[in-house]
Amino acid sequence: MTPTQEQELWMYRNMVVSRFFEETIEKIYMEGKTPAFNMAKGPIPGEMHLSNGQEPCAVGVCAHLNSDDIVVSTHRPHHVAIAKGVDLKKMAAEIFGKKTGLSGGRGGHMHIFDAQVNFSCSGIIGESVGVAAGAALSRKMQGKPGVAVAYLGEGAANQGAFHEALNLAAVWKLPVVFVIEDNAWGISVSKQASTAVKYNSDRASAYSMPGVHIPNNDPIEIFAKAGEAIERARKGEGPTLIEIETSRLAGHFMGDAEAYRPAGEKEHLAEIDPIPGFKKRLQDQYQWTEAQDEALRGQARELVDAAIQFARDSDYPAPEEALDKVFV
Amino acid sequence: MTQVQAKARKLTIARAMAESIAMEMRTDDKVFVMGEDIGELGGVFGNTRGLYKEFGSERVKDTPISETAFIGAAVGAASDGMKPIVELMFVDFFGVCFDAIYNMMAKNTYFSGGEVNVPMVLMTSTGGGYSDGGQHSQCLHATFAHLPGMKVVAPSNAYDAKGLMTAAIRDPNPVIFMFHKALQGMGWLGTEKDAIVNVPEEVYEVPLGQAAITRTGSDVTIVGITSGVHHGLKAARELEQQGVSAEVVDLRSLVPLDRDTVIQSVRKTGRLIVVDEDYHSYGMTAEIIASVTEAGVPMKAPPQRVAYPDIPIPFTPVMEQWALPSAEKIVKAFEKMKENEE
Ligand SMILES: Cc1ncc(C[n+]2csc(CCOP(=O)(O)OP(=O)(O)O)c2C)c(N)n1
Repeated sequence: MTPTQEQELWMYRNMVVSRFFEETIEKIYMEGKTPAFNMAKGPIPGEMHLSNGQEPCAVGVCAHLNSDDIVVSTHRPHHVAIAKGVDLKKMAAEIFGKKTGLSGGRGGHMHIFDAQVNFSCSGIIGESVGVAAGAALSRKMQGKPGVAVAYLGEGAANQGAFHEALNLAAVWKLPVVFVIEDNAWGISVSKQASTAVKYNSDRASAYSMPGVHIPNNDPIEIFAKAGEAIERARKGEGPTLIEIETSRLAGHFMGDAEAYRPAGEKEHLAEIDPIPGFKKRLQDQYQWTEAQDEALRGQARELVDAAIQFARDSDYPAPEEALDKVFV
Repeated sequence: MTQVQAKARKLTIARAMAESIAMEMRTDDKVFVMGEDIGELGGVFGNTRGLYKEFGSERVKDTPISETAFIGAAVGAASDGMKPIVELMFVDFFGVCFDAIYNMMAKNTYFSGGEVNVPMVLMTSTGGGYSDGGQHSQCLHATFAHLPGMKVVAPSNAYDAKGLMTAAIRDPNPVIFMFHKALQGMGWLGTEKDAIVNVPEEVYEVPLGQAAITRTGSDVTIVGITSGVHHGLKAARELEQQGVSAEVVDLRSLVPLDRDTVIQSVRKTGRLIVVDEDYHSYGMTAEIIASVTEAGVPMKAPPQRVAYPDIPIPFTPVMEQWALPSAEKIVKAFEKMKENEE
């Protein structure tokens, strides 16, 4: 399964939007937090997990989805949210804790919910899998079309919930795809030190489902393999487990100096940035010009800037609104 | 408070905990530590810092993100003669492995008729105030204190943290050790300076189940634990300016619960305010008020509680700060009591 030129451009554009978004968040996050770093301060307080480097995992999979399909993501949700079509302005406002945010500031960066496009996530490691399996079950029981995708990190694949959900999905032949973003690190603990198998995709055999290993963070290959998995799910042939070797270009969260990470590894991170590689591919494949690239980047920049401006300009909610929405 | 001559050496709670653990590890080779990111990183809140370097990976074990397995494993190891100290970063995460905690860690002693004990310490961070959202900011004191079979401690300062940790490690029972993030002494969490106090270099214990009168007073008793104590102390200073003398009681542990100290204090002051950053309903605040009421202590006004409203913890600072307990809310609660008296 190869993407059309239009699909490739969609993927590239979303990767660029995601990167600009994160770079902007990164800068604003530090406002008010220095010189002595204090997480509570500034326009974006709290933990911040950036996904730069992992954009291919988002676009390669979500290119096959429409807003009716369901995605349950992780504590590192922005790239996936963007690829799934989450309202960028409202997401930005949510991250700023504003009234105009997706939940009016109640959820924040780790709890992005956009019901319009069936996107949600959780800050609890490994808990996306059961929720996605359940959404897939619901589609099956209601005879409604659509698939569910659960994102998780390679660290999360050691959670009980992961194994239970895979078994359930396989036994019930659910239309669900499990996507592991293997960035080799669970905070400071390496995959090697935490995981008995070399490839989590091998674990799929324990649940009689296809296990797909994608070693190179390549959006085109991810597109191809995810496409097959999603097609299988749509045809009622059951779940698939995909593991993508990707890379976390920044620390686990902002403020993480990554002293635990071998220096050699950090040095070559810039080389494996997937965005320049994708651009080169477009140039080779479609005679993509610098002018076209500039134009695309300009549009992406505008989108991000407008979202951030919207977030900045929006009001905070009234404090007492904290009491609303516990129940409907 | 067990008084040990404190040299002028101030420590943060995080360092005090790490120091206590190191001292016990040096003298008892059955003590070992495991948890997520507690090795080279020294714990995300710093309370195992230095241990990996001193004791190595055999006794300071980074775990996979497999809480059901490693907390279950701690129960197994503790039942077989080891003394595991386990960290699970945030108390909010305990849901994924709760069975290992409340059905096994907490009950195995009982099920064995006291034959098998489970001498483990399960430590975790609590509390919010820095916009980390509803899955990373809870206190959940009562959730654990409600379920029998585990001791539950939560220090408000570094002196207590070291002494309570030593007592917890030596205790033959399972202990949940809750440390509040904003009291840890981590600058990036906006630290409460009053939690950083003199800590003796030698080993000492602060016995589990003994409350401390942190400030003496005669007009009102303010009872709290961990962050609540600091709100209480600030409120007491404000009340003092209005000519009101407030006594502040630091419970230090919820199980065992030192009801006597609280009851005696309220007998003296005749007024009671209980402060907790945990949820309002079915919590510690209700337990303390019920205990004093059951004891038949005469009170000049109905007791008051200042706790977290029954809502998930909102992300946005305007909502979260509004919902958190504060000195101001305690002062207001006192004013309300006075109105009720008139
Ligand atoms: C149940 C649970 N345990 C622990 C944590 C703390 N924690 C947050 S992120 C993380 C590492 C996750 O690693 P991985 O799944 O590989 O995802 P990554 O952060 O690398 O994207 C941990 C241990 C948590 N949020 N939830």
